[in-house]
Amino acid sequence: MQQPLASRFKKDYYGGALLVVIGLAAVYAGVGYRVGELAHMGPGFFPVALGGLLALTGLLIAISARGDKPSSGEEAASHGHPGGMPDLRGGICIILGILAFLLFGEYGGLLPATFAIVFISALGDRDNTLTEAVLLSLAMSFIAVVVFWWALKLQLPLFQWGG
Amino acid sequence: MIGQSLHDLWFGFGVAFQGSNLLWSFFGVLVGNLIGVLPGMGALQAISILLPLTYAMHPVPAILMLAGIFYGSQYGGAIGAILMNMPSHPPHAVTCLDGYPMTKQGKGGVALGVTMIASFFAASVGIIVMIFASPLLVQIAFKFGPTEIFSIMLLGLLAGSTMSRGSPLKGVAMTIFGLLCGVVGTDVNSGSFRFAFGLPELSDGLELVAISMGLFGVADFLLNVNRMKAIGDTGTLKLSDMRPSKEELKRAFPAMIRGTIVGTVFGAMPGTGPTITTFIAYALERKVSKTPDKFGTGMIEGVAGPEASAHSKTQVDFIPTMSLGIPGDAVMALILGALLIQGIQPGPQLITEHPDIFWGLIASFWIGNVILVILNVPMIGVWVKLLKVPYKYLFPAAMFFIATGVYSTQNSLFQIWEVLVFGIVGAVLMTLEFSVAPILLGFVLGPMVEENFRRALLLSRGDMSVFVTRPISGTFIGLCALLLAGVGYSAWRGRAGRKAMIELPKAPDGAPPAEAISLGGK
Repeated sequence: MQQPLASRFKKDYYGGALLVVIGLAAVYAGVGYRVGELAHMGPGFFPVALGGLLALTGLLIAISARGDKPSSGEEAASHGHPGGMPDLRGGICIILGILAFLLFGEYGGLLPATFAIVFISALGDRDNTLTEAVLLSLAMSFIAVVVFWWALKLQLPLFQWGG
Repeated sequence: MIGQSLHDLWFGFGVAFQGSNLLWSFFGVLVGNLIGVLPGMGALQAISILLPLTYAMHPVPAILMLAGIFYGSQYGGAIGAILMNMPSHPPHAVTCLDGYPMTKQGKGGVALGVTMIASFFAASVGIIVMIFASPLLVQIAFKFGPTEIFSIMLLGLLAGSTMSRGSPLKGVAMTIFGLLCGVVGTDVNSGSFRFAFGLPELSDGLELVAISMGLFGVADFLLNVNRMKAIGDTGTLKLSDMRPSKEELKRAFPAMIRGTIVGTVFGAMPGTGPTITTFIAYALERKVSKTPDKFGTGMIEGVAGPEASAHSKTQVDFIPTMSLGIPGDAVMALILGALLIQGIQPGPQLITEHPDIFWGLIASFWIGNVILVILNVPMIGVWVKLLKVPYKYLFPAAMFFIATGVYSTQNSLFQIWEVLVFGIVGAVLMTLEFSVAPILLGFVLGPMVEENFRRALLLSRGDMSVFVTRPISGTFIGLCALLLAGVGYSAWRGRAGRKAMIELPKAPDGAPPAEAISLGGK
C-alpha cells in the first residue's frame, strides 16, 4: 500500500506538469477567442484566466512535491488507493467494451450493443469464465429489452442494420 | 414569519403526500439504498445513474426522487461500512473505525440500529433547522447582486476544494480544471464556440451526467478491476439483533446530539463536505469520552456521533443549494444540475416561484426518512445478502447501465465518448493522487461564476475593487483570504500539523478500496 517516496514525488511532478500543459493550452486557445478587457470581457477572458491559474497551481504542486519530503508517505497511505498501475487486461477490456457499445449502437442496435459491452467488460475480470460472461450478458440483454426498450422507451432501436 | 413557514410546510406535506410523488420518493429511497449498499457505489453514482430517468418527469417528483436516492444511498453506505469495513462513501470511513469492530464482536446489528436512530434523529433536527433558516437566508440573499454571488461562489469553491481529502493545492487545481470544463460550449454573451474542437455536438457544452459517470463510474472500475474480489461473509442478521440495549442507548444518545450539532453548524457553511464533518464529530466524541483510548475497538459513540453529523449536515446542506444556488459538495452540485435541467434556477426566487418544489422537498425529506426506517427494518437481511454479489458481476452490469443511462440523456451516442474520455482522465488523475470530486463542483458552478464575474465587472466598468468595497462581497472575500491563509499556514507548518490530522483518517486495516473513488471531502 505504502509507496516508495521516490515514486510519489514523480507522481506530483507528472501531475503538476500535466496541469501546466492543460493550463497553457487553455491560455493559448483562449487568446484566440478574443480576450477583451476587464470592463468588456471577450469570450476568451475567462479561459485565459483559468488556464493561467491552473498552470500556476500545477507549478506549485510540482514545487511543493520537493518541498515537504517527510509527510508525503503518510499522505499516500491515507488515500486508500491500491498503488501502482491499474490492471491492464481489465482496463483495456472496459475501454474496448465502451467502444464496442459505440460501434454496435451506431451500426447494430441496442441488443448487440448491450451484449457487447457487458460481455467484453466481464472478460476483463480474470475470474470470469466464458460461460459466466455469456450468461451475465444475456441477463443484462434481457434487462435492456424489458426495462429500457419496453418500459422506458429508449430511443435506440433493438436492431438496426448499417446505421 | 414562523407561522408562514409552518403554513407553507403544511402545503409541502400536501405536495409530498400526493400519490405519485410519494411513490417516486419511495422508489428513490429504495434504489438509493440498494445502490448505496454496493461497495464502490455512493450517492454520486446512484444519482448519476438515475438522473436521465428524471428528464421525462415533472420537476417535483424528479427532485423528490433524487433527494430520496441521496439519503437512501447515504444510509446504505453506512451498512457497507459497518458490516464489511467498506466505506462506499468517504464520510463513512469514520464509521468503519468503530462500526466494523462492533461487527466483529457480533454487535453489527446494534451498530446498524444505532445508526438508524441517529440518522433519523439528526435528519429531523436538520429539517427543522432548514424550515426556519431558509426564509431568513432568502431575505439576505435578495440583497445579492452579481458581485456578491461571485464572491460567495468563490468562497464555496475554495472551501470545497481545500477542505477535501488530500492536498488542498490539488483540490484547487481540480476545481479550476472543472471550471475549465464548464467553459466548453457556446459562450452565452458572444455566441462563439469555445474548446469545441470542431465538434458541433460540443456546442451545448459537456454533459453533466457523462462527466460524473466517467469520473466516478468508469474511472473507478478502471482502477479497481481485478483488485476487488469477493466482498466477504457476514453471516446472517436478524431483526432482533438490531435493538440496542438500554445501556447502549444511554451511551449513544448524547453522542447523537453532539453529532447533530456539529453537522448543523457545518451544514450552514458552503463547501465543507460531509467527510470533514464526520471526522470532526468523531474527534469530538473522542475528546469528551472518558476512555478515549478505547475508540477504534467498537465504541458505540464512535458510530452514533459521526453518523448523526453526516445526516444533519446533509439536510442543512440543502439550504445554500436551494436558496442561494450554491452547492456544498459534488452531490449537491448534481442535484443543482438536475434542477437546472428541469429549467428551474435555484436561488432566492425558488421559494416564491416554486413553493411546491421547495416545501414539497422539505416535507418529503421527513417522509423519506420515515420510509428509510420502515424499509430497512425488514430489508436488512437482503442488504447483507446483496453485499455478497461478487464484483466480477457487478461492474460489467454497471457498465451497461452507465452506457444506456448516458445515451438516454440526449438520445445520442456522442455523450458516451465523453464518458470514455472522462473515465480515462479520471483514472489518470486518481493515479496521480488527485481527488476528482472538485471537478464536478467546478463544472456545475463554472458558467454561473463566469457570468456573474463578467456582469459584476461590466457594472463596475472594469473596476476590480468592487469585490472588496461592497460590504457583503468584501466579507466573503475576506473569508476566502482567511481560508487560504489558514490552509497555507498549516501546509507550511508541515509535518507536525499534518501528522495530527492524519492520525484520525488513517484507514483501518486493509484500507478500503472503495475510498478510491475519492469523492474528496464530499
